[in-house]
Amino acid sequence: MIVENNVADGHFGEYGGRFVPEALIGALNELENAHISSQKDPAFLSELAELHRTYTGRPSIITEVPRFAEHAGGARILLKREDLNHTGSHKINNVLGQVLLTKRMGKKRIIAETGAGQHGVAAATAAALMGLECVVYMGEEDTRRQSLNVARMKLLGAQVVPVTSGSRTLKDAINEAMRDWVTNVADTHYLLGTVTGPHPFPTMVRDFHKIIGEESRTQVLALTGKLPDAVLACVGGGSNAIGIFHAFIPDAGVRLIGFEAGGDGVETGRHAATISGGSPGVLHGTRSYVLQDENGQTVESHSISAGLDYPGVGPEHAYLHDIGRAEYRAINDNQAMEAFSLLCKTEGIIPAIETAHALAGAMIIGKEVGPDATLLINLSGRGDKDVQTAAQYFGIPL
Amino acid sequence: MSTSLDRLFEKVRTENRAALIAYIPAGFPSIEGCNKAIKALAVAGVDAIEIGFPYSDPVMDGPTIQEAADISLKAGTGAHDVFAALKTASDCGVASVVMTYWNPIEKFGVDKFAQYISDNGGSGVITPDLPIEESTQWLVATDKYDINPIYVLAPSSSDERIGKVTSKTGGFVYAASVMGVTGARTSVSVNARDLVSRIRATTSLPVAVGLGVSTREQACEVAGYADGVIVGSAFIKLLLNAQSESDGLHAISELAKALALGVRESR
Repeated sequence: MIVENNVADGHFGEYGGRFVPEALIGALNELENAHISSQKDPAFLSELAELHRTYTGRPSIITEVPRFAEHAGGARILLKREDLNHTGSHKINNVLGQVLLTKRMGKKRIIAETGAGQHGVAAATAAALMGLECVVYMGEEDTRRQSLNVARMKLLGAQVVPVTSGSRTLKDAINEAMRDWVTNVADTHYLLGTVTGPHPFPTMVRDFHKIIGEESRTQVLALTGKLPDAVLACVGGGSNAIGIFHAFIPDAGVRLIGFEAGGDGVETGRHAATISGGSPGVLHGTRSYVLQDENGQTVESHSISAGLDYPGVGPEHAYLHDIGRAEYRAINDNQAMEAFSLLCKTEGIIPAIETAHALAGAMIIGKEVGPDATLLINLSGRGDKDVQTAAQYFGIPL
Repeated sequence: MSTSLDRLFEKVRTENRAALIAYIPAGFPSIEGCNKAIKALAVAGVDAIEIGFPYSDPVMDGPTIQEAADISLKAGTGAHDVFAALKTASDCGVASVVMTYWNPIEKFGVDKFAQYISDNGGSGVITPDLPIEESTQWLVATDKYDINPIYVLAPSSSDERIGKVTSKTGGFVYAASVMGVTGARTSVSVNARDLVSRIRATTSLPVAVGLGVSTREQACEVAGYADGVIVGSAFIKLLLNAQSESDGLHAISELAKALALGVRESR
């Protein structure tokens, strides 16, 4: 038998690819073609740029945080303020790109998964803006934890479907969205929210988020006259991290450091640190690191941050890890909450708990590299949605 | 070298009928219950059995198979239970294959998985989320151990793609009758007949139709144009809804007998 070579497209080393039912192959090809042609189409690119300028609020600013930096070894710390984007996080970058592609493909309906609700809200927002029907799948457990975001999505005209299968969290919401897509692929686009899933999603979603790194590279050079010593971001699926990392990948002197959710501690088994505590495998259509047992069954993840509570990670991160270009460390719940509180009290910025993992990372890295270093952190989201969780954690009566 | 599955399709061709293929997840309704169900199905006239490897994230499956997989996984079913069920089926004299998502194969070891299939009398493996583009290592292993790599095609598959997939397929081609997940449906889509004829234009391999078949009438209809009729959710639903294990076994046995008549009465 003649064995054909693997296609190079959509692979990051041994990671990525497409592990999906045959029924989706045609739609993934269509999406890949639409993405490639749109990236070369000046009309598409200028429409997206204009939306970012007049709707998202780009470019997002850089804020230097010297009072916070005192707790991070005195290193110079710069925040890329994706929290100031419309809808409160970096997620809007991707959804606006994908809804324009949806229109380009002539589809009328989008479906999306959401964990904490940030991507669901962003998707519902973009659907409202473009007049598309929107269905958001959300684990039943998460609809309870994030009831405010469920209400936001409904106000924006989306239908929210609570998912009752499996562990009733983000992973199962993705399963349910894939089932919907297999059934309705002719008129529906699956607006996946992170840099995982089958090709072209990891590449396409990265392309829509790489503006974060491109802007901040220019901004940091203008502000400090040099590149940062390290770029830091939290990593769940990994979209905000790849977004800020990407422009710096060729800059060999810039360390790229991702912080995964360590939950109760990687050693306890109750965590969501996929690269730090998982192994290579396939989940949700892509080959990457996965939290899994000896039979290849996905293991449930744990994190105080619903947005990082996912047992997989984007394949490009797996690749950057294996080739040594990026480093990945785990931050436990309590470390993240300490950094969360510190940024609130020293700088008047309430970060998302997801983002607080990167801030906690900065407190560690800053002490390692010393006061002469400059650290750039992606402040990926604002923490309004986390007020209830944080109040409970810190014992503030509601 | 030919597998039991290859020989089965040669046999049904000479008998001018379609093969009846049943699906049941390993460890469902229990380890022992699964063994009994396999034996009951074989006695009732099923020609081949697909043993499902229950998986935590079954994106191709509807609520019925999801529920069965959950029950099986909660009871701790693992790879060795899958191979044991496969052996039970082949010991009953029916052709046996495993149907599994890709990750359990990768985790078990690609070469070793193919070897265990062969060692337990299995004819092949159906891999519904493994496109041929990702199959290099798998095809080396299936070739090495002389088992059938069985791929699924869908109504959305282009003619070009159908040709590409069937050129790598062994045993039979699995034609998914509808765009959607597994589960019993009131009618088998008209897409199925069209898909089967498009597949036949590219290959002389047998073609079996799955997704949505649950009654003798549907089996008869599909057997009119396909070489095999695959039934899964309908059996599982009977086991899930039964008052007792013996009621469930009786019910699947009755359904299998009816379906076995169905695949014989259309030509």
